[in-house]
Amino acid sequence: MCATCGCREQHEHHHAHAGHDHAPDGHRLIRLEHDVLARNDALAAVNRRRLAERGAVAINLLAAPGAGKTTLLERTIRELRAEIPLVVIEGDQATDADAARIRAAGAPAVQVNTGTGCHLDAAMVARALDELDPPAGAVVLIENVGNLVCPALFDLGEAVKVVVASVPEGDDKPTKYPHMFRAAGLVLLNKIDLAPHVAFDRERWRARVHSVNPGVETLAVSATGGAGLDAWYAWLRGCRATERRPA
Amino acid sequence: MHELALAQEILDVVAARSGGARVIRVVLEVGKLAAVLPDALRFCFDLAAEDTVARGARLEIVETPGRARCRGCGADVALDRPYGRCACGGSDLEWLSGEALRILEMEVA
Repeated sequence: MCATCGCREQHEHHHAHAGHDHAPDGHRLIRLEHDVLARNDALAAVNRRRLAERGAVAINLLAAPGAGKTTLLERTIRELRAEIPLVVIEGDQATDADAARIRAAGAPAVQVNTGTGCHLDAAMVARALDELDPPAGAVVLIENVGNLVCPALFDLGEAVKVVVASVPEGDDKPTKYPHMFRAAGLVLLNKIDLAPHVAFDRERWRARVHSVNPGVETLAVSATGGAGLDAWYAWLRGCRATERRPA
Repeated sequence: MHELALAQEILDVVAARSGGARVIRVVLEVGKLAAVLPDALRFCFDLAAEDTVARGARLEIVETPGRARCRGCGADVALDRPYGRCACGGSDLEWLSGEALRILEMEVA
């Protein structure tokens, strides 16, 4: 028996056998080939399956703080809740202010506080789904922590990621935060009513979005004024129909 | 910022596989397109490793280049950021490599 690792093989040290090597100093090398995000991705797949089993679909909303995600959700809930069962998972580092706003707008909501964490992960969403128990055919709107960097990496079990950009952020953000814009299946441009007051070139913005994510659909909206929201609602209906189409 | 969460995940995996042995060194592959800062990850790893079997362990990062294929003309394109342009002018690129974030191996005492 090898005294270093306890395996049954007789051998000279510093050669490989199943899964590990012996180094000359008595240390052991263990090969892992382990994807760091594997555990999150497996949990996300469970979330996705759970939702599919009840004909529900999740949408992961990503944006910088202040882009207007919660305002967009409030209005969407008020205008669509008679037609589509909407439930919301709210991610913030602290406070349950956003979940309270969503409930006031008329949808069930669970607040997830990440503490110092900068993103939601699939385990947090699994716990929130336990609590929310979304009805059949629901659209689960997941408002991620306001951050244009970290949330891009973590699959939550959503059908699609939607990035909410806004006019006052400037038209240069798509190439400054390319991972986020690349991950998007839809990019909303919010606060277009403020365009006359700030330097924002919508064509340049769109070209930058497409340089990191060629062909991605973009929609210009104003969550407060109401412009463009019909197209957003039509997209939501379509997303739900696609998910509910039998395989 | 997410580097702290990633460092904690790496340490969980390493601790589970070490069988209680002291971890001396961890080798990690980080692709150029993986949205991870190697320096930030090293910093977080050192902090998070305190009070674990990997305390004081060395984190070795093997950075792998980003490569893509142009969907327009089929040419290979090297990428050092998560977007780019092919010599033909096309920006519709299929990523081939550079997204990996993988623990390759570890050395235990």
